[in-house]
Amino acid sequence: MRVMAQVAMVMNLDKCIGCHTCSVTCKQTWTNRPGSEYIWFNNVETKPGTGYPRRYEDQNRFKGGWALNRRGKLKLKAGGRLRKLLSIFYNPELPSLDDFYEPFTYDYEHLTTAPLSDSFPSARPKSQLTGRNMSPSAGPNWDDDLAGSGTYAAADPNLDGLAEQVQLEFEHAFHFYLPRICEHCLNPSCVASCPSGAMYKRVEDGIVLVDQDRCRGWRFCVSGCPYKKVYFNHRTGKAEKCTFCYPRIESGQPTICSETCVGRLRHLGVMLYDADAVLAAASTKDDKELYEAQLSVFLDPHDPDVIAGAERDGIAHDWIQAAQRSPVYALIATHRVALPLHPEYRTMPMVWYVPPLSPITDAVHATGHHDDNPDQVFAAIESLRIPLGYLANLFTAGDTWPVERALRRLTVLRTHMRAQQLGDPVDADLLASVSMTAEEVEDLYRILAIAKYDERY
Amino acid sequence: MCSAESPHTSQPSTQDAVDALMRAAQWFFPGEQSADRRVLYREGGRGADEFYRERWRHDREVRSTHGVNCTGSCSWKVYVKDGIITWETQATDYPSVGPDSPEYEPRGCPRGASFSWYTYSPTRIRYPYVRGPLLELWRAARAQHVDPVQAWASIVAAPDATRAYKQARGKGGFVRSTWGEVIELIAAAQVHTIQRYGPDRIIGFSPIPAMSMTSYAAGTRYLSMIGATISSFYDWYADLPVASPQVFGDQTDVPESGDWWNAGYLIVWGTNLPITRTPDAHFMTEARYRGQKVVVVSPDFSDHTKFADEWLAAAPGTDGALAMAMGHVILTEFYAKRQVPRFLDYARAFTDLPFLVTLAEHHGGLVPGRFLTAADLGGGAGTENAAFKTVLLDDATGASVVPNGSVGFRWAAEPGEWNLNLDTDPALTLHGRPGAESVAVDLPRFDCGNGEAGAVLRRGVPAIRVDGHLVTTVFDLVMAQYGVARDGLPGEWPTGYDDAEQPYTPAWQEAITSVPAAACTRVAREFARNAERTGGRSMIAMGAGTNHWFHSDQIYRTFLSLLQLCGCQGVNGGGWAHYVGQEKVRPLTGWFHLAFGLDWQRPTRHMVGTPLFWLATDQWRYEAFGADVLASPLGSGRMAGRTLPDCNALAARLGWMPSHPAFNRNPLDLCDEADHAGKEVPDHVVEQLKSGALSFAAEDPDDPANFPRVLMVWRANLFASSMKGHEYLLRHLLGTDDAVTATETPPELRPTEVRWRDEAPVGKLDLSVAVDFRMTSTCLFSDVVLPAATWYEKYDLSSTDMHPFVHAFSPAIAPPWQARTDFDLFHTLAAEFSRQAATHLGVRRDVIAAPLAHDTPDELAQPHGLVRDWKAGDCEPVPGKTMPKLIVVERDYAAVAEKMAAIGPLLDTAGTTTKGITWVPDAEIDYLRRRNGTVRGGIADGRPSIARDDQFCEAILALSGTTNGRLAEAGFRVLEQQTGVALADLAGERAGDRITFADTQTQPRAVITSPEWSGSETGGRRYSPFTVNVERRKPWHTLTGRQHFFLDHEWMAEFGEQLPTYRPPLNVLAHFGDPSRSDPGRPEIVVRYLTPHSKWSIHSEYQENLHMLTLFRGGPVIWMSPADADKIGVADNDWIEAYNRNGVVACRAVVTHRMPEGTVYMYHTMDRHLNVPKTEVSGRHGGGDNSLTRLLIKPTHLIGGYAQFTYGFNYIGPTGNQRDEITVIRRRAQEVEF
Repeated sequence: MRVMAQVAMVMNLDKCIGCHTCSVTCKQTWTNRPGSEYIWFNNVETKPGTGYPRRYEDQNRFKGGWALNRRGKLKLKAGGRLRKLLSIFYNPELPSLDDFYEPFTYDYEHLTTAPLSDSFPSARPKSQLTGRNMSPSAGPNWDDDLAGSGTYAAADPNLDGLAEQVQLEFEHAFHFYLPRICEHCLNPSCVASCPSGAMYKRVEDGIVLVDQDRCRGWRFCVSGCPYKKVYFNHRTGKAEKCTFCYPRIESGQPTICSETCVGRLRHLGVMLYDADAVLAAASTKDDKELYEAQLSVFLDPHDPDVIAGAERDGIAHDWIQAAQRSPVYALIATHRVALPLHPEYRTMPMVWYVPPLSPITDAVHATGHHDDNPDQVFAAIESLRIPLGYLANLFTAGDTWPVERALRRLTVLRTHMRAQQLGDPVDADLLASVSMTAEEVEDLYRILAIAKYDERY
Repeated sequence: MCSAESPHTSQPSTQDAVDALMRAAQWFFPGEQSADRRVLYREGGRGADEFYRERWRHDREVRSTHGVNCTGSCSWKVYVKDGIITWETQATDYPSVGPDSPEYEPRGCPRGASFSWYTYSPTRIRYPYVRGPLLELWRAARAQHVDPVQAWASIVAAPDATRAYKQARGKGGFVRSTWGEVIELIAAAQVHTIQRYGPDRIIGFSPIPAMSMTSYAAGTRYLSMIGATISSFYDWYADLPVASPQVFGDQTDVPESGDWWNAGYLIVWGTNLPITRTPDAHFMTEARYRGQKVVVVSPDFSDHTKFADEWLAAAPGTDGALAMAMGHVILTEFYAKRQVPRFLDYARAFTDLPFLVTLAEHHGGLVPGRFLTAADLGGGAGTENAAFKTVLLDDATGASVVPNGSVGFRWAAEPGEWNLNLDTDPALTLHGRPGAESVAVDLPRFDCGNGEAGAVLRRGVPAIRVDGHLVTTVFDLVMAQYGVARDGLPGEWPTGYDDAEQPYTPAWQEAITSVPAAACTRVAREFARNAERTGGRSMIAMGAGTNHWFHSDQIYRTFLSLLQLCGCQGVNGGGWAHYVGQEKVRPLTGWFHLAFGLDWQRPTRHMVGTPLFWLATDQWRYEAFGADVLASPLGSGRMAGRTLPDCNALAARLGWMPSHPAFNRNPLDLCDEADHAGKEVPDHVVEQLKSGALSFAAEDPDDPANFPRVLMVWRANLFASSMKGHEYLLRHLLGTDDAVTATETPPELRPTEVRWRDEAPVGKLDLSVAVDFRMTSTCLFSDVVLPAATWYEKYDLSSTDMHPFVHAFSPAIAPPWQARTDFDLFHTLAAEFSRQAATHLGVRRDVIAAPLAHDTPDELAQPHGLVRDWKAGDCEPVPGKTMPKLIVVERDYAAVAEKMAAIGPLLDTAGTTTKGITWVPDAEIDYLRRRNGTVRGGIADGRPSIARDDQFCEAILALSGTTNGRLAEAGFRVLEQQTGVALADLAGERAGDRITFADTQTQPRAVITSPEWSGSETGGRRYSPFTVNVERRKPWHTLTGRQHFFLDHEWMAEFGEQLPTYRPPLNVLAHFGDPSRSDPGRPEIVVRYLTPHSKWSIHSEYQENLHMLTLFRGGPVIWMSPADADKIGVADNDWIEAYNRNGVVACRAVVTHRMPEGTVYMYHTMDRHLNVPKTEVSGRHGGGDNSLTRLLIKPTHLIGGYAQFTYGFNYIGPTGNQRDEITVIRRRAQEVEF
């Protein structure tokens, strides 16, 4: 066992309001400079939707992340180093400008300088790349709130195989938001893809970075990352990516995206894990078991053996304490309501998500299913609009049980706290149905609902 | 820097020879490998971290905020590096809400986060600009005339010359000028206009003081000093819920967002919280974990629908039908079949439900009449204010009782009985009472029929006779109205919830709203049941989606009824949560008095915005129906032939609404005339009006004498964002190109009391001045554009209804280029104006026609709300009784600048008055002398200085109860005398607190409980309105002193709206005709056109911000359903055109299945100046979202002069609603031309 520490994030999608404040504050702080116009260390996607860059989750095309070869060994999906060397000047898996967008601005000056004419002035869109007139036809959030759903939502790779369950029609409409940053994976395929050795994962906190001095701009990190969270700065010729705001983290401040998240849905914390167990876990045969496999890599920060190991491996005392009070650990490991994004990419991502609840379906409306009891106000998980299968494709490689458990726990939490609010007795059967005690539910409530600043981070 | 640790590189396990070779060749780095050779640990190499470390480094953080009408009022940290603003992040240091609740952090949104982009952006206005043709005229005139006033007079005396520069408006050609030149021009135009036409021909528009109080006040203080007309905004924006003055006698008072946390059941009805309350939406998402159920009523699947437990997709504008049916369920199950003691107690104590209403004969039947008052009782007649004391029955004895609390007690000579203490047990119903008879009453219904007027329902109520009057209770009328059958009552009643024929059942509403009856029933039942179990903690969050309709007051009354029936108002976690507009200036008293110069003279010329612009832009000339179309089938017929302009003129001359410009003569000249004739000014004016020698300007808006002449707009994008009927503005007020195709009112429908001039005026306005930091459409259409400082470049104050804090704007940098703060600008203007006015105007007297005012004894002016028109001979014109008050104000025009910069002496003598409570801030004046410094010499000698913006902020805080505990306590003592109930303890815990401006710069500060508002923060509780009313039995400011279900003004009966009812959206298609062009081969659809608040802008602010444009579609779009898109062959992102009689829009389509068929959205507001091509329909550039809208005045919004209907600024008035509109949509050629 080699104990290592990782700063990790959990985003509660059940609280995300899709406002994109995180994207803007991140962009203003880090990437509003020439060459990085299209670079969004943090972005927010409407789901169902194609994401950014478009259809990045289609690994049949982009070949990001890892796969097991016929011998059961973990290999970069894009192929080994020879193939990389041979394709170093032409990388077929690299997303093109069309997969991102051509950044645009407007001829704003024209409004002030337009000469007298017989016409009202209008600032035209201009390409930020060429300076020429253009007509925007793509952007980093082009399909916000199901915009163009027939084109975009319908092309969401996570809908594959769900045609029966998901109808993109008004009566069945649903959507939710998926904010994304770099996953700062335990098993980062971007790092492994870099031919220059310019990418590294910091040993003290696990933050994955691009060494701006060493980067030679080969861009294999861009294609190697299945989340497409490494970008190429076309002005500097270097790769850039989310830094987990290390200048802030190092001074005890949350990341910009966390600090400014008005939905208060981001939790930051330290996770202890066994570095020696990562490879085996990432090599787990069945995609659907990868979630459990990754959980098994995490170490219980309250376990005396783990504490001793951590001290032995040079982890500072305050980091061990941070791991013990980590809301991220509580959500991921204790309460099991947070899930990884696409564990099947086998990178062992470290930004996890609490799945969203959703309104009940129309069928329930029409029948008024529980109208005999006005005190029973919450619907069953089965009658929610977002199909479990869709969420499972995002978070658990298709296994619906962990998603269902998380949603059940959220629902039971609501029911339990409502009873408490109304002075009703505790429903022991209800708690048992999700294998939680009242105390556990109330602890989870404190993290999710009260969520004070000093307890989110 | 944390570089001591070793970085490591992870690499895949490799075994084959190729990999080994490759590693040797390409990936050879020193370091320690892990056992499985998967990971390589290396030392050093951290120097490269420096790139991002340097990027993060900054010199300074400055606290400021954004002055935009979003209700956010978020505190932000602005980062400065090398003297340049770099970015901003939210402050997280709001005072705590307590251990058991989420906190107010980090409040903000993506719009605010992108603000610093503006500072150095190419859309920033850097210098003063004047459009070339005017500037040439001005420079030529100035070359001829030494005197700038004469120079301006020479320009406007030549119509051909003015036409040329007016026609050039909006067509480019700005020429850079200087502050000196431009200020001289503006002052000259103002001095000339005052001299020639009157000060009320100068119009000032700036909205929403709470979003930057000092910047607002700088302008209105100046305009108040010169006597200009100051437009309201809350009603004009259609954000004012007229139901609030009607029901509560209050402009708007709502819970802070932290109080959502306390709700057990939340219906979100017409407000998209994640989009429009972004900083606070988390309280809603988090309250769900506390067990709150969330129901969303929305026509589309929207950002907030995601959070709902249930989504009721009511068809747009039909929300009133859904709420009526929910009321039917609640009355049936919680009042008729089963009684909930708390609901009954609440109804008796805090609503008008037990009060007696007369039943009047009407065409052989009975209709509800008016409230029975003490004047109707044998013993009560002749007693003080008897007609304003309402009556109920004692349940035990059956005796009629005149309980405390009605408005008659409020203005009694002997105070102390204006309270809700009941020493009787009121009878809620007469049903089953000995001696009660069952009678049938006729009630209007509006859900059927072709026109607006509907049909008649006959339903029974129990009635008795009291001193000869046949009466019933409001409750019994409500039961009849909602169709809740009780034994022995005649009439037509629903057979059950599934009776779809009878209003207002769940099955009836399903056909209208498309919400399943079962869902309606279930939600209503749960809502009431939750209120029963939680003591009223059921809440409805409502907003523009339900408030921007023509009949929104009725929609809201149906909502409020649900809350009142369940005892939810005045309860933490319960009640209405109306969020439209940042209307709450928490430090109200200090701000109000300084903003309108009430420390020097009273009153100011407040004006209702909607009639102002409706007349000014001549939209009134395009009406297609009159007031009679809207009248009740049970009306008296008095509306026959009465047009909407006639209604407006009536409201002006009866003193209901302000009306400025007031008369067809200069009010300064009227005073001179009176002097010459040796008469008192009011007598002279009345005489002239009676003789017909003088008339109201509202009776002839197209007389050049009555035109608005000079307009100043600051802190606003008036012409685009809020100008419903934008294209009419272009045509008539500005005189430039427009896209109106509507036809004028046909002769038979034209007004009778308002003069129709055959030739409509074009270009009424002589000078339009816009002050802004970014190039908006308002700037582009104005003659003069002045560069304003941004929100990161000045001192100011911010507050909101969403949180209980006041906090500061502070400059992170000095205004760059030639930008100046609004405060600076108006003081500069005042100095130049005073200089020019010294010779041209001097000291003059000015007569102001002021409407009958709310929270004053004027509420007693017009008993029973009976309409007595002196012009029709119904009565004599008596100022302050049957017509406006006529108040003479002396204006020392040369001293305007000096007065502006000092607090005047009126506060020492007359004190300050807020909502009928007066106190004298003597200690505060003295404090401000010492704190701000004392003026030496001149007219303001010895007065406290407010010459600087930070001093002005200090004065606002010192003079307000919410920020000065001494005044809060003093105010409560006054209110204690009025009411006879204990109140001062509410401010006691903080009586010694004074929040200074420096405090607000340090941290947002929680305000002090004050009589300026109706809720209490005492003891750290969350603010919820009316908790003081409920807990201390302080009356509402209404006729009965209670919350009203029944409104008995004569016009409310006339229009069939005495009781909450469902009125469908206006049948625009029927009234104005089908606008389709029906060109061959060009498929079109006619759809409902809605303009909800946008995710990517706050009104028009931020809509042109590059970050926001990048984060969505890069320009204006219209959202539509796939079904509608298919009908006209439109694909996502195609160019389309939307047009109707009001104008045309060219933009791109967003096609999505989250939209319902038959409705399109154009999110408010895309300005028309960005990525907007020329249209096929007009051949000119397309417009913005308001190019498809226009104003429609609802007559009942004009009511005044009676109890809670009396006028207050932004308190009551016709709304600038726009939701009932329709549009044609079609695909256009995809090649576009700019």
